[in-house]
Amino acid sequence: MFDKKKLETIKTEKEQWDCGPVEKTCAKFPERKTTFTTISGEEVERLYTPLEVADFDYDTKLGFPGEYPFTRGVQPTMYRGRFWTMRQYAGFGTARETNERYRYLLEQGQTGLSVAFDLPTQSGYDSDHALSMGEVGKVGVAIDSVDDMRVLFDQIPLDKVTTSMTINAPATVLLGMYFALAEEQGVPYSKVGGTVQNDILKEIICRGQYIYPPLPSMRLTVDLIKYCYEHVPRWNSISISGYHIREAGSTAAQEMAFTIANGITYVQSCIDRGMEVDSFAPRLSFFYNAFTNVLEEVAKFRAGRRYWARVMKERFGSENPRSMMMRYHVQTGGVTLTAQQPLNNIVRVALQTLATAYGGAQSLHTNSYDEALCLPTEEAVTVALRTQQVVAEESGAADTIDPLAGSYYVEALTDRIEAEIDDYIKKIDAMGGTLKAIEDGYVQKEIQDSAYRFQKEIESNERVYVGINRYTMEEPPPTNLLKVDPKQRDIETEKLKKFRVERDQKSWKAALDRLDEVSRTDENVMPVVIEAVKARATVGEVCDVWRNIWGEYRPKEFV
Amino acid sequence: MDTKSRDLDISVIMEDLAAEVLQGSVRAMARLITLVENEDPRAFEFLGSIYPHTGRAHVLGITGSPGTGKSTLTDKITSVLRQQEKTVGVVAVDPSSPFTGGALLGDRIRMQRASGDPDVFIRSMATRGNLGGLARTTADVIKIMDGFGKDWVIVETVGVGQDEVEIAKTADTTIVVLAPGLGDSIQSMKAGVMEIADLYVINKADRSGADALVTEVRIRVEQDAQIKEAAWRAPVLKTVAVEDQGTEPLLEAIENHRSFLEQSGRLKKVRREKTRQETLSLLKEEISHNVLEKILGNGRFDDLIDDIVAHRKDPYTSVKEIVTTIFPDEE
Amino acid sequence: MTGKKRIKVIMAKPGLDGHDRGAKLLARVFAEAGMEVVYTGLRQTPEMIVEAALQEDADVVGLSSLSGVHNYFFPRVVELLKENGLDDVLVVGGGIIPDEDIPGLKDSGVAAIFGPGTRTEDIVKFIVEKVSRN
Ligand code: B12
Ligand SMILES: Nc1nc2c(ncn2[C@@H]2O[C@H](COP(=O)(O)OP(=O)(O)OP(=O)(O)O)[C@@H](O)[C@H]2O)c(=O)[nH]1
Ligand SMILES: [Mg+2]
Repeated sequence: MFDKKKLETIKTEKEQWDCGPVEKTCAKFPERKTTFTTISGEEVERLYTPLEVADFDYDTKLGFPGEYPFTRGVQPTMYRGRFWTMRQYAGFGTARETNERYRYLLEQGQTGLSVAFDLPTQSGYDSDHALSMGEVGKVGVAIDSVDDMRVLFDQIPLDKVTTSMTINAPATVLLGMYFALAEEQGVPYSKVGGTVQNDILKEIICRGQYIYPPLPSMRLTVDLIKYCYEHVPRWNSISISGYHIREAGSTAAQEMAFTIANGITYVQSCIDRGMEVDSFAPRLSFFYNAFTNVLEEVAKFRAGRRYWARVMKERFGSENPRSMMMRYHVQTGGVTLTAQQPLNNIVRVALQTLATAYGGAQSLHTNSYDEALCLPTEEAVTVALRTQQVVAEESGAADTIDPLAGSYYVEALTDRIEAEIDDYIKKIDAMGGTLKAIEDGYVQKEIQDSAYRFQKEIESNERVYVGINRYTMEEPPPTNLLKVDPKQRDIETEKLKKFRVERDQKSWKAALDRLDEVSRTDENVMPVVIEAVKARATVGEVCDVWRNIWGEYRPKEFV
Repeated sequence: MDTKSRDLDISVIMEDLAAEVLQGSVRAMARLITLVENEDPRAFEFLGSIYPHTGRAHVLGITGSPGTGKSTLTDKITSVLRQQEKTVGVVAVDPSSPFTGGALLGDRIRMQRASGDPDVFIRSMATRGNLGGLARTTADVIKIMDGFGKDWVIVETVGVGQDEVEIAKTADTTIVVLAPGLGDSIQSMKAGVMEIADLYVINKADRSGADALVTEVRIRVEQDAQIKEAAWRAPVLKTVAVEDQGTEPLLEAIENHRSFLEQSGRLKKVRREKTRQETLSLLKEEISHNVLEKILGNGRFDDLIDDIVAHRKDPYTSVKEIVTTIFPDEE
Repeated sequence: MTGKKRIKVIMAKPGLDGHDRGAKLLARVFAEAGMEVVYTGLRQTPEMIVEAALQEDADVVGLSSLSGVHNYFFPRVVELLKENGLDDVLVVGGGIIPDEDIPGLKDSGVAAIFGPGTRTEDIVKFIVEKVSRN
């Protein structure tokens, strides 16, 4: 960007500035700290100049929005055409209660739905299972059967909304129910749009909702991707997630690196199953976090887009630009929010939203200010949604594309994070790939070490956290917390009892037998799963078929 | 809940702690193990009462580098033993931090298939500064489980390098676990490890390099057999512990070794040697404890040091003199 | 021989809750404070937790729950501990636990509850003070 001579002059001038005014000022007024770091521990210089981006080449590093390497964004007009999708993750209690929350959110201007399932559902247990005791409907909606799914989307036409479902180990089953419901509503598969998380690797790494050993789990993942590619073209069949990795404690660079490493594994698995890279890759989507250090987040997003584009093109030989685009959803950083002085969280979320907008995301969930207290109340969710709307409509951040490009700092940090991603990918490749790196606990250990370091920084007051280690105050206990009815399990159990009696036993049994049979072959399970849930098999029953075949997985948990 | 001193509690039930163990109280066993771990002098008495009831369990040692799959294997072996209706005690040793003295005891988490089974007792132990792969008191803990009536006691050593050969002095059958891709190769293996293995397990046979490792180890075992005549030649087995493959053949091999020990009279010989070693070290400890107490207790030792420093006396003669005073009838 | 004594802690995650950042952090912090720590991993039933406490002769059982199931699991663990004669085990808990639930949990026998933002050194101090094994 700069010619050699110019850089030389800047270098001399910078040295003079360092030895002159800076030194003088520091002598009189020392800086606040000797080293400054981002929340991820990236060292931050006093000043960034062209010297830090000396070998910057516009075309190779940035290019244009919608064009390779997509550093500046995946669409040519970005938010000037349409804002990101505002999508609040929600679910609790019964399907009926959650349905009400969804319809409220849609009325408030939300543009997509996002389903939070309760833990029994996510672990493939029905509400009446012994291990569901105490958990039914607690932190998400309880879905046992296609009947529950029908209530969940009551009066919500599936061709008019896009739905995101946070479901992983049993993803095929819940998605099967969703497709079955679409059929009931008379919506053709070609009109159904949305995303299913379907990312089992990060469950093993840091989210904990795994059921089967890695290999059969990966088979289910790929079956789903393949089925969607063949039958449901608008469906994002996986959401490769860094969000949880970051929440579990990683740095920004680790978040991006480990997500991309997982992404590489999924792409390779699909290719190994005989799919053309450019057939399925356009439907891959990603999911990231946004913390409060705005510029670091923006750099992370830009670095990630650029790196992924290169991976797809160079490593996998993709020729379709759509395959090279890293499209992603963002959720603001839950773990950055405090139980202390919860209203401060609104400000954190606003900054995180800004980072997301500057970073060029496709959709966003903003956390509520009561994040560290309970599931969000309606009031808190509304503020969170309004925060997005304020940033979108009032801040101007959405009016020009990638506005931070060309900032010496942001470009330097983008390069640095990209280099860190590259280091990790090389290291993981050398270990024999993500599956091995996970099995040996390498990825988990890296994340936990970062989490530990962060905690130590807070407790030693090295890093200031408002309301935690500085600017603290006495507060009355919080009021107005959302409570979920503890009798939920009884309600669902009663419902299930009836459901199990009333269904057609013969077709139900036949469907499960058929599922068992197909699951033992290489055939795609998706069609038989859909048949099974239509024949009114429950989530737990389908998952049990596979538990019998593949057993349950207990990964090594590392401390 | 108020502050409670658990010590008080122990003294309350102390009187019949050993009796309770012998009667099958899991709680008493757990407590007694704690006393032993703490090297509480009161524990010896109980160990004394339990000793007559020991010697029945087969003690299986499992050692190998970190992460080779020792805990997972222990879990699977336990399952097979349980199918045969054998009762099992497991001692899983992990290292204490030399800096803080604390420890993360990470083996138990791998052994959860047995959870809920009252006939399996798993106890994690920290090394508390002991080198050699076991805690100083592991042998005593094994005795407690043995005396309690466990048919088998499985001991998982610390997974640190290959100098940890203490297990062989403690176990009847010692398994050395290796895995491909962990830098485990014959070259890196110290001679000590080769000498302690009654059985080799090449775990993680699902990973590439397993067959090569098997061949390598077999060749080495052959070579050793040619150099040194031995009645037992360590078999080399392949397992995939996570998928429970090869566990049953492994157990058969262990049983073979056990029969070999019994039929060849080796078991008696080996156990006699172990008893000798253990008694000897107890004796040494007791003597040095008593003697030192006498010598260091009265302040004369410091005077003596003064004399030696000033070269008024020499250390060699001085030590002899002291010992003669304490054991006058020596000579 | 007091130098040989170590506080033994079982750090457990009851139920299907996968939030383990805090539990793993504390396991490490406790070990660094000189304790011997058994981390059980995820998906523990009260029976499994109590079995571990019994066999390991734990001084402390730590329960970490962030998925709103504490009112079911914590009292159940205390109850089972008592049934097994382990009434002197210190039970502490933490995670996302509304203030209004704390008195009930304490009544059931949980010694203390620590919420988000607690300094881990305060937790260590609490445990060391309570388990005075001198
Ligand atoms: C990080 C996080 C995640 C990560 C977890 C990563 C991991 N491996 O741990 C991810 C992204 C995976 C996640 C997922 C989910 N999460 Co979450 N998550 C959080 C979040 C943002 C922070 C928790 C955290 O780790 N904090 C940092 C650690 C260090 O603090 P801590 O655990 O609180 O521990 C401290 C104290 O509580 C205490 N402590 C904790 N445990 C113990 C134990 C003992 C013995 C002691 C003495 C002290 C103690 O000491 C620690 C040090 O200060 C909280 C909200 C928040 N801000 O607290 C939501 C939150 C806990 N999650 C929530 C939900 C609903 C979920 C999901 C169930 C959503 C869904 N339906 O899918 C999923 C499913 C997860 C699963 N498998 O169970 C809800 C729970 C609601 C409730 N209880 O009513 C919360 C409160 C957010 C919200 N308001 O909605 N989550
Ligand atoms: N691929 C593969 N992985 C295995 C096998 N056996 C164990 N593992 C994995 O290897 C890791 C270590 O297993 P552990 O059983 O904890 O090994 P360990 O030797 O007890 O480890 P330390 O006690 O830490 O030394 C875990 O992630 C296991 O799941 C196997 O046969 N194949
Ligand atoms: Mg182990």
